[in-house]
Amino acid sequence: MELNSKIPSGPLSEKWTKYKAEQKLVNPANKRKLDIIVVGTGLAGASAAASFGEMGFNVKVFCIQDSPRRAHSIAAQGGINAAKNYANDGDSVQRLFVDTIKGGDYRAREANVYRLAEVSNNIIDQCVAQGVPFARDYSGLLANRSFGGAQVSRTFYAKGQTGQQLLLGAYGALSKEIERGTVKMYARREMMDVVIVDGRARGIIVRNLVTGELERYSAHAVVIASGGYGRVFFLSTNAMSSNGSAAWQCYKKGACMANPCFTQIHPTCISVHGDYQSKLTLMSESLRNDGRIWVPKDAEKARLLREGKIKATDIPEEERDYYLERRYPAFGNLVPRDVASRAAKERCDAGYGVNNTGRAVYLDFKEAIQRLGKQAIEEKYGNLFEMYERIVDENPYVTPMMIYPAVHYTMGGLWVDYELQTTVKGLFAAGEANFSDHGANRLGASALMQGLSDGYFVLPYTMQNYLADQINVPHISTDLPEFEEAENAVKQKITKILAINGDETVDMIHRRLGRIMWEKVGMSRTEQGLKEAIEEIKQLREEFWQHVKVPNTEGMNNELEKALRVADFLEMGELIARDALMRNESCGGHFRVEYQTPDGEAKRDDEHYAFVAAYEFQGVDNEPLLHKEELKFENVELKQRNYK
Amino acid sequence: MNIKLKIWRQRNASSKGKFVEYQLNDVPAEASFLEMLDILNEQLVLKGDDPITFDHDCREGICGACGLYINGHPHGKFKNTTTCQLHMRKFKDGDTITVEPWRSEAFPIIKDLMVDRSALDKLIQAGGYISVHTGGVPDANAIPINKHKADLAMDAAACIGCGACVAACKNGSAMLFVGAKVSQFALLPQGEIESEDRVQKMVARMDALGFGSCSNTYACQAECPKGISVSNIARMNRHFFVAKIKK
Amino acid sequence: MHKKGLSSITKKLIMAVTGGGLVFFLMFHGAMNVVSIFSEDGYRWICEFLGANWYAIVGTIGLAILIALHLIYAFILSYQNFKARGKQRYAVNERPEGVSWASKNMLAIGAFVLFGLCFHLYDFWSKMQLAEINGNAPVDGIDQIKFIFSNNYFSIMYLLWLVAIWFHLSHGIASVMQSIGWSNIQWKRRLEFLGNFFAIIIVAMFASVVIYYWLIV
Repeated sequence: MELNSKIPSGPLSEKWTKYKAEQKLVNPANKRKLDIIVVGTGLAGASAAASFGEMGFNVKVFCIQDSPRRAHSIAAQGGINAAKNYANDGDSVQRLFVDTIKGGDYRAREANVYRLAEVSNNIIDQCVAQGVPFARDYSGLLANRSFGGAQVSRTFYAKGQTGQQLLLGAYGALSKEIERGTVKMYARREMMDVVIVDGRARGIIVRNLVTGELERYSAHAVVIASGGYGRVFFLSTNAMSSNGSAAWQCYKKGACMANPCFTQIHPTCISVHGDYQSKLTLMSESLRNDGRIWVPKDAEKARLLREGKIKATDIPEEERDYYLERRYPAFGNLVPRDVASRAAKERCDAGYGVNNTGRAVYLDFKEAIQRLGKQAIEEKYGNLFEMYERIVDENPYVTPMMIYPAVHYTMGGLWVDYELQTTVKGLFAAGEANFSDHGANRLGASALMQGLSDGYFVLPYTMQNYLADQINVPHISTDLPEFEEAENAVKQKITKILAINGDETVDMIHRRLGRIMWEKVGMSRTEQGLKEAIEEIKQLREEFWQHVKVPNTEGMNNELEKALRVADFLEMGELIARDALMRNESCGGHFRVEYQTPDGEAKRDDEHYAFVAAYEFQGVDNEPLLHKEELKFENVELKQRNYK
Repeated sequence: MNIKLKIWRQRNASSKGKFVEYQLNDVPAEASFLEMLDILNEQLVLKGDDPITFDHDCREGICGACGLYINGHPHGKFKNTTTCQLHMRKFKDGDTITVEPWRSEAFPIIKDLMVDRSALDKLIQAGGYISVHTGGVPDANAIPINKHKADLAMDAAACIGCGACVAACKNGSAMLFVGAKVSQFALLPQGEIESEDRVQKMVARMDALGFGSCSNTYACQAECPKGISVSNIARMNRHFFVAKIKK
Repeated sequence: MHKKGLSSITKKLIMAVTGGGLVFFLMFHGAMNVVSIFSEDGYRWICEFLGANWYAIVGTIGLAILIALHLIYAFILSYQNFKARGKQRYAVNERPEGVSWASKNMLAIGAFVLFGLCFHLYDFWSKMQLAEINGNAPVDGIDQIKFIFSNNYFSIMYLLWLVAIWFHLSHGIASVMQSIGWSNIQWKRRLEFLGNFFAIIIVAMFASVVIYYWLIV
């Protein structure tokens, strides 16, 4: 297989314009004859489906929740980036592009990232027109705040609920199209397989989660917008039903999986409290604008804190170590996520952790409250503070928050070309499900930007280019043998799982997988640990297929849903570890202990690893085939990231 | 802590349900309510019983998927709290907790504590949006919006669509849900343009879907996990009459 | 997906407007009653004024229409709301903080008020305006007041009836403002305060007459 990224020729800033000028179009009468399936209704899926519907295509949209509005994009708190330069602080498309490439540690494709920066402004215009209530100044104009990895204020926000408001905007657009009849919505359906006919994606098999029946749907093209695979770590900030299975089925049907080891650990999550814990809660990164991160200078004081003998407020200013400000004076508390996460881990490993588990650092608002007043802080972060208090039962206006890094986002995903098409024709991937724009690390407030960019402004163009030569293909029949075959395979898999009737619940096995992943494939990885992880995951996978216990209930069966996802996680985990083992360098979210500078910073190896690692499936028990897409940097200079 | 649970079990929409009692011991106080149910479900699965079905997803109070009627209140009795944000430390050792699904004609039960809230989606489909299409919109700063109004719109837009308002209402009314959406857009110049059509379409759809009407008890506001104000309902009423008179 | 007939909000508007009209009537009625405490002649003059004159009869018919509409829509809405609630009720249900008892029981309170109204119409209206319309001589207003409220049972019944009216008004007046859309975040509490204030004034006017003639005269 040859990876062809299909990047248009010409200067970087003109590539997208050129593409749009030269692409093929589908005339309105023909659009009506073409069907598109969209899997997932997050920012990418909902915006793509709504846009396709508006253009006149027949769209079928699927989501696993009871309503498209529940997709996990809704939980994004902080904001969305755009190069509007409303703050007049020197921002531009070029600067957003450079920041994103640099933030991603030079492992993203220049052309894609530039396009993302370019359309970022259209996204804000679109969302305002949809009635998204972004924060405003007294002038009535839009307000901005700054975010990690940038020196300008370019982040637009709606209180601490930006993701919610953007998603509701897209959901509104989707609802409008459902009402018009161009989009048909299928909720509580989970994609089980993608159907490929003559080398093109032509449909999907879904499980109706209410009835338990398998259903077939066909289309001329399929878009996967099902999010990331962060729950392979069990504990993460992802929603309980977030999973990587839809993308994984595509991988098993021939689409390449790219850079799976690039997983993001978010630095500001509420620290873990117990074994039964089901998920971790993120505190928006925007808190780092005003919060200062510290641990005690004295390890003895940290011990007393852990034992609960003293409180954070007992430690005087001069005994606090604001380690991010100390190590990175230029960016201070606003260093990128991977840098902040590792620094927290470093302090805790060195014995300075502050909560009972020793796995927490302080995020303190004392100085900001003194400077801006409690009311200003409340206005900016009120709901986040409330959320913290509800979970931890401490008032963050008085005592500093305790935070620790947690798995948050997966930069890796299905390999896509410039058109967001995977290595399977007619199979597209958008949003977190693809790998394209964030390289090895995603900057804050960029996920929302990418999801909406893909859905509103990229796919509506590239999809036409693909469908232009499909206008004579009639609606695809779901009676084709390929559908039959795919459905039978799913049926067999379900029967097999239900027949095991072992002695371990799905969650028990998932938790163990999570522990392996977090310990050995988490924030810092070693060759030795990764090799162990690969073996342990294989063993655990075998155990799953012999010992898992899933109740054989007809109709709604949540345990079966979880089991099917965990079965895939147990394969995914191995691929992540393999990719991490292959990549003998540290970059972004991928930190290999063997590859670091003397002062503990990630050390990239641009000579040997400036490529996208795309894996081709060769069978569950066989090593996947690695394809390399060389990354060429013609517009930015490759340099060691420096936030000092 | 040890607790006793009385949970509504119902196999599917057409079967008859009943309360089943469960004794659950050694529940950690830091666990969330849903994590407590996870613990119970794990025990049920290992015993070979069918675990309890309930909707949940983000578990951080924003997706709106979770919704249990706990001891006589939607999402439990604590203000501005969704079920997933309710923690067991709010209960006492030895407590009996009654857990029921949302009950309303518009929300038929799917299984156990899970109900079908697609009626809320249908309400939005009736007009809970601004009818712009992708592209061709003016610059974001082309229309300045009064900050006070933008803030009110944001407060109305904070609705998570959980349906607690309908569950809390003795009339099974969705007025707060509809009022919040109508208000959000009526307050913004972009949305005001079609606000008269919007309010009429949404109210007509609300009636058609079998929701009840408002009798101003304000139980919806009291139980809304996002504290959405009933003044949004008053605003909707006002816009509705203006629209009807002009028509 | 449309339903025929008036929308739920329009029905609520009818409830609000008729209810509001009845509140005005009660203020008017109460103010007249209070006159009886200060001037028996004044009260007699009012009784005469509101006898079988065309304007008084038109007013009475208007009032009857208000009450009838208020009643009919109360039952229609209550029935629809009852259906919307669904067949299966909550096993445990607690009234949340900030929700008044009256607001949840307006139909029952209203029914009690209606029940009392029947007696009241029999006690007074049938013997005054109605008698006059039928061509009979009306009873003297002051005499009738003295007769009714000299009876302990009647007085207690009337006071209980007034308590029910107070409950109904304590929710009703502010509720009118909400239903017609005049309320907002700033004004909601003020309107509730005003609603309560007027409810107390109205009931106090009526109650003062009952107590005055029962205990003092």
